[in-house]
Amino acid sequence: MAKKALFTATTLATALVASATTVQAATLDDVKARGTLTCGVSTGLAGFSEKDANGNWSGLDVDVCRAVAAAVLGGADKVQYKPLTAKERFTALASGEIDMLSRNTTWTHTRDTSLGINFAGTNYYDGASFMIMKDLGVSSATELDGANACIQAGTSTELAIADYFRENGMSYKAVTFDTSDQTRQGFESGRCDFLTSDGSQLAALRIGLANPGNAIILPEVISKEPLGPVVRQGDDQWFNIVKWSLNAMIEAEEQGVTSMNAGDMMKNGNPANKRLLGAEGELGANLGLDAEWAYRIVTQVGNYAESFERNVGMGSPLKLERGLNASWRDGGILYAPAMR
Amino acid sequence: MFKQKTIEEAKASARRSSGNSSAAFYNNPNVRAIFYQILLVFGLGYFFYSIISNVLANMEATGIKTGFSFLGASAGYDVLMTLISFESTDTYGKIFIVGFLNTLLVSAIGIVFATILGFIFGVAAFSQNLLIRKAALVYVEIFRNIPLLLQVFFWYFAVLSALPGARQSLSLGEAIFLNVRGLYLPKMVGSDLFWVAEAALGLAIVGIFVLRRWAKTRQDETGQQFPVLNTSIAMVIGLPLLALIVTGFPFTMEYPALKGFNYFGGITVIPELMALAIALSVYTGAFIAEAVRAGVQAIPHGQTEAARSIGLKEKKIMQLIIVPQAMRVIVPLLNSEYQSLVKNSTLAAAIGYPDLFNVFVGTALNQTGQAIETIFMTIIVYFVVNMVISFLMNRFNNAVALVSR
Ligand SMILES: N[C@@H](CCC(=O)N[C@@H](CS)C(=O)NCC(=O)O)C(=O)O
Repeated sequence: MAKKALFTATTLATALVASATTVQAATLDDVKARGTLTCGVSTGLAGFSEKDANGNWSGLDVDVCRAVAAAVLGGADKVQYKPLTAKERFTALASGEIDMLSRNTTWTHTRDTSLGINFAGTNYYDGASFMIMKDLGVSSATELDGANACIQAGTSTELAIADYFRENGMSYKAVTFDTSDQTRQGFESGRCDFLTSDGSQLAALRIGLANPGNAIILPEVISKEPLGPVVRQGDDQWFNIVKWSLNAMIEAEEQGVTSMNAGDMMKNGNPANKRLLGAEGELGANLGLDAEWAYRIVTQVGNYAESFERNVGMGSPLKLERGLNASWRDGGILYAPAMR
Repeated sequence: MFKQKTIEEAKASARRSSGNSSAAFYNNPNVRAIFYQILLVFGLGYFFYSIISNVLANMEATGIKTGFSFLGASAGYDVLMTLISFESTDTYGKIFIVGFLNTLLVSAIGIVFATILGFIFGVAAFSQNLLIRKAALVYVEIFRNIPLLLQVFFWYFAVLSALPGARQSLSLGEAIFLNVRGLYLPKMVGSDLFWVAEAALGLAIVGIFVLRRWAKTRQDETGQQFPVLNTSIAMVIGLPLLALIVTGFPFTMEYPALKGFNYFGGITVIPELMALAIALSVYTGAFIAEAVRAGVQAIPHGQTEAARSIGLKEKKIMQLIIVPQAMRVIVPLLNSEYQSLVKNSTLAAAIGYPDLFNVFVGTALNQTGQAIETIFMTIIVYFVVNMVISFLMNRFNNAVALVSR
């Protein structure tokens, strides 16, 4: 009887404890205490986030993680990467497994408003396209009626292609895979006629084919896919840090500040250069960081143009054009809000 | 035993004391017991209520959408294989049903073939033929010891992906086609009088049960045997065929044909389904083979000797004496193997077979972010399916337990 009473009491006590609300975590404090930033990236996508033989990560998305680590922890290498599939990414972020997500993730209304996450900007303006083997003799997406599509599961591409085929009165079969490797394998084995994804990912997957020359990317771009870093909702300070770390890279390009001249610009530059690099003003303090946060981003990671050229541009195997992703000064739509 | 007695005694004394007006009612052990039970139920109820409402409140606070309204919203994506008609404008609720049916399909196929493989290889372990015995051993050891996920990958990526492309399909008489996109079979499309043949098939199946019962009674009474198996096969084929002839073959065959990118028409078995069904059958079959072997081994050798001494052939001994008795051991093991198979079917996600777990916990969760709701609904489904399997297998178990007595 005593045992039973004890059990009952424990149950009640647990019930009371459970009803206490959880504490809101301050990500900045956690990251500083840990000494590393945990960043969610893709499982491997050339130019965006890929791991080399020595276990070092590089890519356009990886550079956003590195920029935040440089700003917050003082060193761009203080990042622990967590490879995630499209399906896993939001749960990993919402559950606190990662501090931020930088994994070619499309900024959509539904994701922004109902998943408990916030998009901290756009680091690549993209759109969904199709890749198909040359020998099928297809030159336009309008000829794809009745074809099979290889798609990665849990992506906005799944939605974009459904809309596109419906709109054009065509039918297709959606063959979905969990990772981009499997998706590519499905395409190469002939399980599907074409592979669909964001244009930049198609370019990355294409150079991974046994024979890249056999595949072409069709001219149609069927959706808007602004890709950017993501944080958990409810921690505005952290949201600001990630948002402005990316903006610092974009702004540095606009101002002509590079990893090479940043030291000089900090001392001898115009007021805007000095504000950005921390010689003047309170920008760092307003974020809860030190004055040289952006200086470290530019010197350790580079400005946006440097990162772009190195990872996906002409200095990389992908050879992507800047296009929409050129600075607004050069006819693109990349634009950082005012740094003041 | 001891405990039982003290409780009885306590109850008796309680009865005695409750008759005694001097003792307060709250000292009555029965009243107390009930009181604690009620308290516990309320405590537990409150416990779960507060966990759930706490989780929901926290999710609301962090901006995650909650509730089941998403079930009525349009899903916006397509599913590779659906047993009912589905379009991307249909709802998440329908996705749930589509996934559920696909889970049932692959599980049912898996259970049937795993059972067949299991019994064949389980009994083969006792064969007089060394080669067959070794083959059974090799089968069990290989497929039981390799992780199932690896086997799923093997069938899908190594075997089925190596098939030729759509335009170089392997074909059998221009009616059956096999390529990397699946197996394409002709389909019978019936017209007005086709129901007669369907009715004949139904009649044949009922007839088999009647025949079996009749043959058994006759054998019990007269000792005469009747070729039940051959007659059954003849009935199943013969009756519908007769009906077709009489009604003048009221059907057309729809053959798969290459149109543009793909084969259309007929029945398509997608490679994801094939790979998963094969992997589940072969893997679970190895465990069932072990269960069958254990069951047969549990039958004392004396049974075999006794059967031999009355002149039964080896095959008949297995079929009539050993296996029916072994079923007592086998059936409870089968139950848990079937349940594992249903749960293992969630590996579908690894190769993109659109089962419930894949389309609902995978894609729907990802698109809506409603983890708690989707996972909760899915857990309930697997729970209920396994309860049903358990229920059916227990009934079956009771039946075989009686037979062996
Ligand atoms: N931008 C889309 C698609 C992102 C996506 O996952 N694309 C695939 C292309 S195949 C990918 O990058 N996969 C890499 C991986 O799984 O690691 C989204 O946010 O849903």
